[in-house]
Amino acid sequence: MRLNPAVARGAFRNVWVVAEVLSGHIQPVTHELVGAARALADVRGSEVWAIVLGSGVAGQTGGLIACGCDAVIVVDDPAFAAFNDEAAARTLVQLIDKYRPESVLCGATTCGRALIPRVAVLADCGLTADCTGLAIDPDNGDLLQTRPAFGGNIMATIRCSNHRPQLATVRPRVMKALDADPRRTGRVIREPLTPDPSDALKRVIEVFHSTETAVNLGDASFIISGGRGLKGPEGFNLLRQLASRVGGAVGASRAAVDAGWIPYAHQVGQTGQTVQSKVYMACAISGQIQHLVGMQSCDLIIALDKNPDTPMMQIADIAIVGDLFEILPELIRQIPAT
Amino acid sequence: MRIVVCIKQVPATNDASIDPETKRIVREGVKAILNPFDTYAVEEGVLLRERFGGEVVVLSMGPPKAEAVLREAVSQGADRAILLSHRAFGGSDTWATSYALACAIRKLGGADLVICGKQAVDGDTAQVGPGIAAHLGWPQATHVMQVRSATPETLVAVRMHEDGYDVCELTLPAVITVVKDINSPRVPTLRGRLASQKMEIPVWTPEMIGADTAKIGLDGSPTRVVKTEPPPPRNKASRRITGSPDVCAAELLHELRTRSLV
Ligand SMILES: Cc1cc2nc3c(=O)[nH]c(=O)nc-3n(C[C@H](O)[C@H](O)[C@H](O)COP(=O)(O)OP(=O)(O)OC[C@H]3O[C@@H](n4cnc5c(N)ncnc54)[C@H](O)[C@@H]3O)c2cc1C
Ligand SMILES: Nc1ncnc2c1ncn2[C@@H]1O[C@H](COP(=O)(O)O)[C@@H](O)[C@H]1O
Repeated sequence: MRLNPAVARGAFRNVWVVAEVLSGHIQPVTHELVGAARALADVRGSEVWAIVLGSGVAGQTGGLIACGCDAVIVVDDPAFAAFNDEAAARTLVQLIDKYRPESVLCGATTCGRALIPRVAVLADCGLTADCTGLAIDPDNGDLLQTRPAFGGNIMATIRCSNHRPQLATVRPRVMKALDADPRRTGRVIREPLTPDPSDALKRVIEVFHSTETAVNLGDASFIISGGRGLKGPEGFNLLRQLASRVGGAVGASRAAVDAGWIPYAHQVGQTGQTVQSKVYMACAISGQIQHLVGMQSCDLIIALDKNPDTPMMQIADIAIVGDLFEILPELIRQIPAT
Repeated sequence: MRIVVCIKQVPATNDASIDPETKRIVREGVKAILNPFDTYAVEEGVLLRERFGGEVVVLSMGPPKAEAVLREAVSQGADRAILLSHRAFGGSDTWATSYALACAIRKLGGADLVICGKQAVDGDTAQVGPGIAAHLGWPQATHVMQVRSATPETLVAVRMHEDGYDVCELTLPAVITVVKDINSPRVPTLRGRLASQKMEIPVWTPEMIGADTAKIGLDGSPTRVVKTEPPPPRNKASRRITGSPDVCAAELLHELRTRSLV
């Protein structure tokens, strides 16, 4: 809502976190955001609320309170068994109108990035996508939202002073969850879903979740990516073995995806996914700018290439010069299977 | 079927720079390209028109030189192009951009389907597609990796998710945003290129699309860029490991263990 003499800034209070629910389970990014929200709310002397839209999720509120929420709003309805952007956006807007939060955070996941822009338009407020840093102005509650643009070549700080609430999607794995404290107490508020005739305009007719094909690059802390030097689909088996030893996910360059060696969901880069893991290990990826923009914000970059002079080898924190077909099997051998 | 494809001209990534005064992306004198995801959006529109007839209208909001990407889309098979261009649009954030595009779609007499790219590679926000859907009150499907089937009234879209995919049926009109996996864009023919160079591209102003000027441009944008800076410098203490495979592996493992990463 646009602030004006009739709609005062002070009428909006508290920091909300929209829970990420996948296959009926609240995802870790939610706890990370609660941790971030806690810090912001403490500056403002306000509360942290989580909003859980899901089906059969009512039992999962305890964990949210333990890790920092003062209140949890639950809308438990079969309509939310699958990801239903329209009903979820409408419901969030109703809740925003009723309770008037100052800020609303949501994971920058495929669902969050589809849902929150819809909310921003319907609730007439500003939205900053993909934040990696959040601070708050203690006096007026303005969020200072920092996000990478141009694939990480520029960091921009964004403020929405004239609208409330302020919406932000936040990258997974950037914020820190607090340790769960089971003694913490909080309120659980149940709200019903208000059905709407427009709900018939979209139906989710099939859902395919798979742990095997799960890519989840956005959420992974260790990514092992392969490029053209893997020579074929078999090369990716090496990466998968290594990934399973270190609890990581497998990524790929466009060259490997275009060759049909691995599905597109694994592609990192300008026309794939942007990732920000703790470790990014690029195996036989030369590091063209379109690839770099998707991964250069990762904490630790390891490059493995037989050519010591590639752009990837130049930007890497650790550059290993050698043949991946010799080094990867050795690495797998040296890491004990868990 | 009338299909509107929204496309954006973006600076070629590595040339990104920011005006220190206005905090806005410098678009003058920078090599500009069609947003890579939007090529797939145009191709999907053309594929659907080939099946159902009708027209593909490409729509872009931007400075006059953005007509270059509209011509490119026409050479790729779009039937006509419209450019939203006026000073008053300048400085629009995703809220205001999606509002202006939605106004233009209404002015066109609506559409059966609006197709956007997943995101523009300059701002990387992925907000304009769902924003248009919200302004028009239409259903949406984002990250669409396949159009499984379609009729003039419905479309069945496969959406990509972190942990798999889902399939949803949308009643048209609707908005979809597409990822690269959805198709392989055709290479424009020479004839297409020539025709696109001659095509008249109407330029629409806020007044022509009935846009409320309080909702466009810098003033209509809830968000303000207040600071831009280079990303924190990477730790330059990079390490190079060479030697036999077992030594390389052992040294890497050592590095990872000291950082408690394995
Ligand atoms: C509009 C556009 C969008 C794009 N989007 C993306 C994107 O999203 N993601 C992306 O990745 N790319 C993207 N690209 C493509 C990008 O420009 C590069 O072509 C691509 O990243 C190259 O992939 P690669 O590094 O795997 O292959 P190459 O550049 O061929 O590099 C292969 C590397 O493997 C090394 N090698 C070979 N064999 C071995 C071995 N046995 N052991 C060790 N090393 C070995 C070689 O020395 C070389 O460095 C895009 C391009 C365009 C034009
Ligand atoms: N100025 C614009 N004109 C036309 N389409 C746009 C514009 N900005 C964004 N889009 C469309 O919205 C998609 C997502 O852009 P963004 O939300 O900026 O990441 C793009 O791939 C385009 O399809």
